[in-house]
Amino acid sequence: MGEKLPQVQGDPQLRRDTLSRPVRTLRAKMVLLGSSGVGKSSLALRFCKDEFRNTSPTVGCAYLTQVMHLSDVTLRFEIWDTAGEEKYHSVTPLYYRGAHAALLVYDVSKRDTFIRAQVWLRELEKQYVAGSTVLWLVGNKGDLAQHRQVSVQEGQSLANDRGLLFTETSALSGDQVDKLLLAVAHRVYECVGAQQGGLSEWQETPHVDLRRRNHLFASCCKVGP
Amino acid sequence: MERDNHQVGETEGVKICDPPCESNPPADTLATSLSLLGNHMFPDPVERNYRSTVKEEPEDSLSDITAEEESLDGDPHPHQVTKLETEETESSGCQNNVSTQQLDIENEDAATDNDRSDSGEFVVTMLAKAKLEEQGIGVKGRSSPLLEAETQEPPAFMSHRDEDVTADSWRQHRKHVFVLSEAGKPIYSRYGSEEALSSTMGVMMALVSFVQSGDNIIRSIYSDGHTVVFLQKGPLVLVCVSSSRQTEQQLRGELLYVYYQIISMLTQASISRIFEHKKNYDLRRLLAGSEKILDGLLNLVDSDPSFLLAAVHCLPIASSLRDALSQILQKAITPNLVFSILIANNQLLTIVQEKTVIEDSRLEPADVHLLLNLIGASSAFQAGEIWTPICLPLFNPDCYFYAYISYLDPPECTVCLLLLSTDKEAFYAVAECKRKIEEAMMAQNSLSLIAKVQSYSVSQVGVSDLRHFMYKPFDVPDNYRQLTQFTSPEMEAPYSSEEEKMRLLDLYRYMHSRIHSSSRPLKLIYHVAERETLLAWVTSKFELYTCFSPLVTKACAITAITKLLRWIKKEEDRLFIRNPPKYSTTPNPSKSSRGGKSDQQDSTDNGFLSLL
Repeated sequence: MGEKLPQVQGDPQLRRDTLSRPVRTLRAKMVLLGSSGVGKSSLALRFCKDEFRNTSPTVGCAYLTQVMHLSDVTLRFEIWDTAGEEKYHSVTPLYYRGAHAALLVYDVSKRDTFIRAQVWLRELEKQYVAGSTVLWLVGNKGDLAQHRQVSVQEGQSLANDRGLLFTETSALSGDQVDKLLLAVAHRVYECVGAQQGGLSEWQETPHVDLRRRNHLFASCCKVGP
Repeated sequence: MERDNHQVGETEGVKICDPPCESNPPADTLATSLSLLGNHMFPDPVERNYRSTVKEEPEDSLSDITAEEESLDGDPHPHQVTKLETEETESSGCQNNVSTQQLDIENEDAATDNDRSDSGEFVVTMLAKAKLEEQGIGVKGRSSPLLEAETQEPPAFMSHRDEDVTADSWRQHRKHVFVLSEAGKPIYSRYGSEEALSSTMGVMMALVSFVQSGDNIIRSIYSDGHTVVFLQKGPLVLVCVSSSRQTEQQLRGELLYVYYQIISMLTQASISRIFEHKKNYDLRRLLAGSEKILDGLLNLVDSDPSFLLAAVHCLPIASSLRDALSQILQKAITPNLVFSILIANNQLLTIVQEKTVIEDSRLEPADVHLLLNLIGASSAFQAGEIWTPICLPLFNPDCYFYAYISYLDPPECTVCLLLLSTDKEAFYAVAECKRKIEEAMMAQNSLSLIAKVQSYSVSQVGVSDLRHFMYKPFDVPDNYRQLTQFTSPEMEAPYSSEEEKMRLLDLYRYMHSRIHSSSRPLKLIYHVAERETLLAWVTSKFELYTCFSPLVTKACAITAITKLLRWIKKEEDRLFIRNPPKYSTTPNPSKSSRGGKSDQQDSTDNGFLSLL
């Protein structure tokens, strides 16, 4: 699984040894999408606190932050952990709009969640501006190998076809989670950060005018929540 | 029909001479088809059990509340209830009026019975079919050896959702709640999975539409030991099957809370739209993940008197601390923020509102209850900051607020901040308010002060015989538009176990039902129960329920109440949120709130705007 991660820095210590140097801190918005119960909140909890808990279904959307130190920059990930339940789908655009990284999460032991991830992908592609969002397909619950319904090859080939990056993780055991976050950080910095105005600088009191963003999905909110 | 009414009246529990269900001729009346429903849901073993216990005891089932009480209460005869103000003997009076009330209801239903001859058969067939399905097909899905094992007691690890709906233990639950769509599709069941109950719910819907076909509405069914209450709300049908002996009125109130909680997640408008579009839509798709919230609500309704009193219980704290907290909230504002609420241990600390909102409409206790339940039922909040659409059904059932929810004291997670905005894009601005609040609270050391706050003990009142009380002041002119609140001490010995707590609450529910009886409301009741004496008193200024030790005399109780009222008056500032501050989030005070918001792009789904 690990060899599929592009740009993984061999040594995770790398992100810490640059602490002494003053570096820029950039804000990066990451959104977790996928069916309910695939482990989005568990992944988010691993990202931010490196712990595992049984969580109840997310209400609306949970917002967490995690700071990643790369060699020449610090990324402050603002993680939007969305609820997978259908009742929240119409508000989800609110959360994924303007995201620099979108993680499409599915459960390797449930095929329908894999199909659902593809639906999310199609929805994201509608507003996808090349180079503005890093899309990552994540097969979670790798620890449930004995109940696997979606093979590694299937995930990988979907990712190849649609130009996504792909990783299989286990939020339960923590397998590949660290590496995934680090890889996403590098990727975001390389693809988005390089662009003019791709990532904004983070100040103690961030102020972002969300209203000036595109209103592509404004109409979605007329149906249901 | 005459005979029928009579019989139902008897079943009511005025006097049950012989078991009514079995002696009935085949179901050819509505009432008998109803008893068939009873049979269907609570087949013989249970019914017989119940009846045998009833037979041993004097049949005075309306004047008693719990089974334990029954045995003793019945003995000294109707006179255990002595009213101070009314002339006649309480119990008989009450029985009379309650049974007429029920007869009224039955009469209403009876009106439809004229065309029963055509459709009655249909109902019976439906019932028979459903019964067959439940016992045969419904069960087939599960492995049969397991089923036999499960009939005893469900293992502890089993969640309510996995319960075997054919088991006795399922039938013995005190209160069942079902939600279904008008097409008869199951939406929610408190116990057991909705799939397994689809035929039961089909029967319920058959009853509803049968009565409806006669231009009437089914409201309730009384069988011995169980009350079935129906509530139709738009395209949803809510049914409660209860053996708790609560009144129909109370049970209907509880169903309404369930409805409101569903509305708070989906809004009334979207539910109607969905069902207009597709009659047999499976609403469970949209409620997936919310079952826990509904389960939590029903547990709260059973264990928290706030719901009964329709008032909010706030945490007693020194008024100086409460004012300081309110000021902190009042200072951390942003445009479109309308409510700032601080909660500790699931009880209200303070609540601050936007000025224009408080002028237009006040926050109803029920909406606060729903918010508190949402926070209590979801551990997921502890992970990070939450931003979620939420509807306050009594404020406006068709629009969403956006709620920011965050705990201020991780990892303990007892102090929770709830900020409600009308602007769905306002997350960062509202989150910034939280940081300001956090900083200010840090500076004033508020968190450690809050941590020391506890509920109070009844011993502080200094009346030896007083065991517990609930006091709810009414609106008085100068605090009109204030949130309805009540105060109550901790339940202490002898009400420390769950069973005893429930028993006391049941007594309160009984007192409440007598005070609020629609046909014969009372102002004052002195009720000598088996293990305690209760006194309930309602005036134009307050509603009071007190519980004394059993040996208290009437004179003693009255003196005690005078003392208690004096104590409450003295402690008022600590027990209640007295003068909730208001703030104005409109940047320019000369502009109205309407003007201030008009520059938003999509005002249509802005909950507050469309309200104005």
